[in-house]
Amino acid sequence: MSLTTAHSVVVPSTTSKRIAAVLIVAYALISIVPLLWIFATSFKTPPDSIAYPPKILFQPSTEGYCNLFTTRTRQTAEYIASLPPATSFCDEVTRKRNMVIAGPSNFLPRFVNSLIIAFGSTFCAVFLGTLAAYGFSRFKVPLADDLLFFILSTRMMPPIAVAIPIYLMYRELGLSDSALGMILLYTAVNVSLAVWLLKGFIDEIPREYEEAAMIDGYTRLQAFWKVVLPQATTGIAATAIFCLIFAWNEYAFAALLTSGTAQTAPPFIPTIIGEGGQDWPAVAAGTTIFLVPILVFTILLRKQLLRGITFGAVRK
Amino acid sequence: MIDTKTSPLNRAAEAVARSTPSRLVKRVTGLSDRMVAWLFIGPTMVLLLAINIFPLFWAIGLSFTNYRANRPNEPVESVGLRNYERILTDPDIWIAMQTTANFVFWTILLQTVIGFGLAYLIDRKFRGHAFWTTIILVPMMLSPAVVGNFWRFLYEPQIGLFAYAVSFVSGIPPTEIEMLSNVSLAPWSIIIVDTWMWSPYVMLICLAGLRSIPDYIYEAAEVDRASPIRQFLSITLPMALPFIMLAILFRGIENFKMFDMVNLLTGGGPGSTTEVASITLKREAFEKWRTGYSSAFAIILFVAVFGLANIYVKALNRVKQR
Repeated sequence: MSLTTAHSVVVPSTTSKRIAAVLIVAYALISIVPLLWIFATSFKTPPDSIAYPPKILFQPSTEGYCNLFTTRTRQTAEYIASLPPATSFCDEVTRKRNMVIAGPSNFLPRFVNSLIIAFGSTFCAVFLGTLAAYGFSRFKVPLADDLLFFILSTRMMPPIAVAIPIYLMYRELGLSDSALGMILLYTAVNVSLAVWLLKGFIDEIPREYEEAAMIDGYTRLQAFWKVVLPQATTGIAATAIFCLIFAWNEYAFAALLTSGTAQTAPPFIPTIIGEGGQDWPAVAAGTTIFLVPILVFTILLRKQLLRGITFGAVRK
Repeated sequence: MIDTKTSPLNRAAEAVARSTPSRLVKRVTGLSDRMVAWLFIGPTMVLLLAINIFPLFWAIGLSFTNYRANRPNEPVESVGLRNYERILTDPDIWIAMQTTANFVFWTILLQTVIGFGLAYLIDRKFRGHAFWTTIILVPMMLSPAVVGNFWRFLYEPQIGLFAYAVSFVSGIPPTEIEMLSNVSLAPWSIIIVDTWMWSPYVMLICLAGLRSIPDYIYEAAEVDRASPIRQFLSITLPMALPFIMLAILFRGIENFKMFDMVNLLTGGGPGSTTEVASITLKREAFEKWRTGYSSAFAIILFVAVFGLANIYVKALNRVKQR
């Protein structure tokens, strides 16, 4: 991107570079403190997590993770003494608090729901979006600009406003609280962005490639499959990451339209409570597990992401 | 003698023919470009019609009735424009709209200033700027709901890190920093989290803008001995303005819809000090179950966003043409 040459007069001076570096590093460090705090809290014991002043150094414990994955019931000391020796670390920690593990919590199924719905809807949105983007890019579609603008404007609606009729429609169709319903909804929301981004990427692939292939006897579909798709993989990957991040992070629709079997992790995590209030180490543990996939994605694929964000925003 | 059957082109064609079943080939080769176009665009259109357009019209229909979703068997009466009339004359709705406007104004102001500032600094291209840019971007990739929920812990008056840090700097006892339950602080608790999450987004768009300014303009300004402040005011700012305006548009639309964080941090409280339009809509639609009334409100909101965004885009285009 850099256009500056070694002899350019506009290279920033060393002092201004130093000041900029100090300010940016300071901002970056402060802005990730909340995230580091989530991570740290997930390894604290409940008493450590609510200590005053807040503890920066502490004895790490996986109690938060134990509590995240289990439900526990309070028992008398005699009952706990009568039990056979604890078989796992989680058992031991729970008993120290005069409780026994009653069973698995809902976190794992909710997390799996998130995986199914996010990946399912991303696949559908990218699949449909690629086809539609190719259609808009290569053929004269009547009213193409209006259609494209309309597709994009569907994202301007507040999610609650969209959720009212969707709620009624899903109730009629039996799609309430179902993974299929959520996949359909997220696909519809994401496909607008997917078409918009992918059209840009496909516009950049020269038409001559397909035309040459078609002169060689390929049909239009074969040319699309064998010539255009391989060229568009970077764009498709970038689009897929965006769709995946949206579907993974979405809260409003999930909170209003799912309650049980199809509930995803975002509406579930805030409901994790212990005795007498929110169990913050368990919430932090759930939050950490939930954030890690996106963090890894962001760092590994930052170049595509950057391109996608600026690209999507800066195009006319 | 040259065997035509083994020429590379023929071999390729044969391979293609073999890999597709003959019936499919017949059908596929018969497709005109127009058919392919509709085959490709059709499914997306059908999905959008089913999940976006049809429900939208349903909501428009409901907005003229007194339908309640929790009593599906009650007779539905048409009430004409009464729902719209009631919303537009309801002082509570206007208060919610004001709260929303307040949020949009402050979040956009802070995010634009911080985002542009960060972009300007990163554009100094110091060593390691790419790494620190990635770190700064992390908050905007994360779920506003899940991270926003955790901010409730950071905001806890005594044990929370935020209250502790503020009291450490300001000397106010940490028990008095009640970000979520104090009427005058609660709106700021949401503005702070939103700014923390989304300033990087504004930064990215501004950065694209700053990098689009060709160097020769600055070189010419150097030759003319324009001061750095002068260069900033008459080159950098005007040339980055369309990008800044674009960032404001995107953040404006998003924050007009703001729901996740408000719902989790304050739930509209204390009282109704942070009750933005989305929260009012949720209460009317999914707690009071006034489906017809809330549909009318949803339509009004949609028209408002759409109208404002269109006016804004016109202004943006005028700036771009300059």
